Amino acid sequence: MKFSLTWLKDYLETDATVAEICDALNAIGLEVEGVEDPAEKLAGFRIAHVLTAARHPDADKLQVLTVDTGDGQPLQVVCGAPNARAGMKGVLGLPGAVVPANGMVLRKSAIRGVESNGMMCSTRELELGEDHDGIIELPDDAPVGTDFADYQGSDPVIEVAVTPNRPDCMGVYGIARDLAAKGLGTLKPVTMPAFTASGACPVEIRTDDAEGCPAFYGRVVTGVTNGPSPDWLQARLKSAGQRPISLLVDLTNYLMLGFGRPAHAYDLAKLSGAVVARRANDGEEVLALNEKTYTLDSEMMVIADDNGVHDIAGIMGGEHSGVQDDTTDVLLEIAYFDPARIGATGRKLGLSSDARTRFERGVDPEFLDQGLDLLTGLIVELAGGTPSDAVHAGSPPSAPKVVAFDPGQTLRLGGVEVPEAEQQRILESLGFTVGEGWQVTCPLRRNDIEGPADLVEEVVRIHGLDKVASVALPRVEGVARPTATPQQKLERGLRRAAAASGLNEAVTWSFLPTWAAEHFGSDQPLWVLANPISEDMKAMRPSLLPGLLMAAKRNADRGAASSRLFEIGRRYFRSGNGLSDEKPTLGIVLAGEKTARGWQSGKARPFDAYDAKALALQLLEAAGAPVANLMVMGEAGAQFHPGQSATLRLGPKVVLARFGMVHPATLKAFDADGPIAAVELFLDAIPAKKGAAFARPGFTPPALQAVTRDFAFLVPATLAAGDLVRAVQGADKASITGVRVFDVFAGQGVPEGKKSVAVEVTLQPGEASFKDADLKAIAEKVVAAAAKLGGELRG
Amino acid sequence: MTDITSQTEAALAAIAAAGSLDALEAERLETLGKKGWVSLALKTLGGMSPEERTAAAPAIQSARAAIAEALDAKKAALEAAALEEQLARETIDLTLPAVAAPKGSVHPVSQVMDELAEIFADLGFAVATGPEIEDDWHNFTALNMDETHPARAMHDTFYFPDKTNEGRDVLLRTHTSPVQIRAMLDQGAPIRIIAPGRVYRSDSDATHTPMFHQVEGLVIDRDIHLGHLKWTLETFFKAFFEREDITLRLRPSYFPFTEPSVEVDVGYSTEGGRRVVGGHGDAPGHAWMELGGSGMVNARVLEFAGLDSKEWQGFAFGLGIDRIAMLKYGMNDLRAFFDGDPRWLQHYGFSPFDQPTLSAGVGARA
Repeated sequence: MKFSLTWLKDYLETDATVAEICDALNAIGLEVEGVEDPAEKLAGFRIAHVLTAARHPDADKLQVLTVDTGDGQPLQVVCGAPNARAGMKGVLGLPGAVVPANGMVLRKSAIRGVESNGMMCSTRELELGEDHDGIIELPDDAPVGTDFADYQGSDPVIEVAVTPNRPDCMGVYGIARDLAAKGLGTLKPVTMPAFTASGACPVEIRTDDAEGCPAFYGRVVTGVTNGPSPDWLQARLKSAGQRPISLLVDLTNYLMLGFGRPAHAYDLAKLSGAVVARRANDGEEVLALNEKTYTLDSEMMVIADDNGVHDIAGIMGGEHSGVQDDTTDVLLEIAYFDPARIGATGRKLGLSSDARTRFERGVDPEFLDQGLDLLTGLIVELAGGTPSDAVHAGSPPSAPKVVAFDPGQTLRLGGVEVPEAEQQRILESLGFTVGEGWQVTCPLRRNDIEGPADLVEEVVRIHGLDKVASVALPRVEGVARPTATPQQKLERGLRRAAAASGLNEAVTWSFLPTWAAEHFGSDQPLWVLANPISEDMKAMRPSLLPGLLMAAKRNADRGAASSRLFEIGRRYFRSGNGLSDEKPTLGIVLAGEKTARGWQSGKARPFDAYDAKALALQLLEAAGAPVANLMVMGEAGAQFHPGQSATLRLGPKVVLARFGMVHPATLKAFDADGPIAAVELFLDAIPAKKGAAFARPGFTPPALQAVTRDFAFLVPATLAAGDLVRAVQGADKASITGVRVFDVFAGQGVPEGKKSVAVEVTLQPGEASFKDADLKAIAEKVVAAAAKLGGELRG
Repeated sequence: MTDITSQTEAALAAIAAAGSLDALEAERLETLGKKGWVSLALKTLGGMSPEERTAAAPAIQSARAAIAEALDAKKAALEAAALEEQLARETIDLTLPAVAAPKGSVHPVSQVMDELAEIFADLGFAVATGPEIEDDWHNFTALNMDETHPARAMHDTFYFPDKTNEGRDVLLRTHTSPVQIRAMLDQGAPIRIIAPGRVYRSDSDATHTPMFHQVEGLVIDRDIHLGHLKWTLETFFKAFFEREDITLRLRPSYFPFTEPSVEVDVGYSTEGGRRVVGGHGDAPGHAWMELGGSGMVNARVLEFAGLDSKEWQGFAFGLGIDRIAMLKYGMNDLRAFFDGDPRWLQHYGFSPFDQPTLSAGVGARA
């Protein structure tokens, strides 16, 4: 809502300054979004008298003027306007002034070699109109030297945001009422211009749908003269950002903006038969005032006559029957429409309008007759004509809401003590009636009031939220208790562990281009938005890797040598109840150089699958997963290199992580340069630690020193080293506490189809040191275990 | 006698002149070696009479001691010189770069969420979560926005074509408020929670992204009022910004799920082109900035969430996490939050060891 101070003062008797009014508006919940003070825009523009005008020596179209700005020192100004001439009065912008239309700062300058001390301005340059054919010509009595803003009459415009619960403030009058309640002045009664109605309304008005249009009031005015509106009306509409069109249209807009009451005027000559509020027929079309054609359905209300639809009820009039400059007879419509149906229709048609905004929030049901009479009176006063009697079809809601209020609730809910008399004054100034025992009757326009809490809000917002004192929340005794859930602790710990491993935490979009989501999709259908903001943000991610891959690609395109990114977030799947199953996940992408080329290390080294494995294990350990029991298995997914990727599982089915090199086909799909390594940890699969206490299990470091023995085996080339390690580990569980591969070799000296795997076995003696015979026996067991896998001890 | 003396002097001179460990060893053999003259002279003592021995021994013994001492000293000196020479040869250029361990970082959004959790834990709030893919009942209806409510249209909601088994529309939550409903339904009252997380609106321009982060706060008890809300937000912001001069302004507003509804502004000044939170918004050089919405939970919402609104009341608030992160840590471009650019992440991100704690201050200074 925008309105000028003058317009507000039409309804509010006040001496308050603009600043005071704005503070009050903010304080009562009508947020001031801006104040435009034309005086500020016009600072530095002064009324000037052109004393002389002479041809510019070097330019045919320019003149050199001397102008008097009232301080006795005529200034020389170069001017290109054809109407500039000696003797005229105009507006001079002095050096330092900013031209409102283009933001240009005026300076003392030389134009084609002639000094110019300012600029004579056109209407358009000062944003006062469209005229740019010449400079502004002021009447002869314009006082030279006066600030043009003062002469013009400065009228600040205030813009407020009206929350959707306050349709009563969608008109200037409602805002004046709220300000009066706040003590900013006195609300003036609505001035009703007198008129005499003569004769019955010649048009039949009906509502055929009492639910969608409970009330349709109207009246005909014949013999009007349409034309431009008077200045006062134009000025008010302009301050509200509304372009004046013609008197009849402007008056309906005045009623809407001034009183929150939309109305419509039809050109009677374009109507035929009864004018009826009814449901549209499916497929019925109407060309609306915005010159677009809308196809309607039977859920929508229209105003129609024998020939068809003339108005999308409560939203927008039709082009065909709108008033024109030559209109002489009009039918005025003031109706009450069901707010919900207006909203639904507007949403379905994608059609917004000032009328819809008001009707869908609920216009004042008590302001139909008054609104109609006000509109009629203004038309008769300004456009002449003879009004008929009003006709009333149906009736608007009339049962007021009565709330049983307890003034003590203001303190209990609002936290501020307001004397009962003051509470009553506030409510009454807003139009509520306080009856016996605090039975509060609400004005019908306040359809937002549901119960006592709403009345507390009315009292507190007018009394002043700034008077609510802070009161500490009661707190439990002692130190605050821990509140984080195991899942939250897991994520917090992992995040810092990953960052400590040299990874940068990214936050990427939850939605992906469909192709990218499908590339990482599972057997479940993806969640795909019906109304995405773009094709790139359409499908919910089934993996964290695509978003990170795209980030790595962006980084590479920007010249980054490497990206080490991780993200902790959700993957979106489906659950049985039609809702989502959102799985907490940690994703890692390692792209580009692991180590840059170096004086020690030589060439740059890319990331490999073992880098991914190391991170996966390290972070799983940080997450408290039993990493010693994990199995390295296959099936990391089609997005990974089939020979350089794996899963980490707890038992054959529970997959805790997948890692490895990204498949070349995936790199191609994402247009990314490889090699890229990736990891995904499935946090929901990590088993929670059960019943863990603070105390660790008892432990004393063994007294006897461990010994190590090396074994090199020739094994089939296809044997997984992990299998050999596990077999060796199991050879003597009591003594063998560690098995570590330290060499793998194939080639010269190793038979075809074989490889040599060397392991270092750590043996921990218990009570007594190992004797030679013990060590020999263990070694035999180790060799036997390896033999079961086809391994033979190398000589 | 003089013989031994002169021999000793000669030996000590030779030891002093020895230029290498080998030369020194040769001199040792010459003197103290099995066949060295000192050893041989010592042996002669065995064949002497006691008187002779008493007369001869001291000279021989002292010669042995002097030579042994000189040998040791010279050996140490030669070894030290040799080590010094070796070390000199081993000199390396330490201006050459060492291998740098990659530096990781925690995203500002995560850092601020940890800060929120830490501060609110002290005030007795637990952290609650809920699904991001929601149904319209939790996101709208239970928050007092029925299907025809105009506020629904203002939410720029992302919808899925799917329906839940109950026939509800499925959407991306437009705010963290549905977590209120879920928490109240799960836990009942009294309750104190915050619920940080991702939210979505189909809005994209310089200052809006279709995905962003919010934190919801909810306190339900028997006698909670607006004064508690004000205190809670003031206390939080003072702890978050680590400034005592935080001044809040509450303005009446409208949210369907609260009544009364309150918009929260904070006073700030502009220093060096940056907004700095603190001070009274009406003070010279200061202004007010909107931080979030709040209010007393609407009785209807309590009823939807299964609570008796005659028994329970309380407040809720919602704040933009990205926004307060930007205010505190000085980022100016929201879109960069979601770009994954390591340069930005290294600059605005946090060390993993900047874990917010109350004792060290929850904030991490640059």
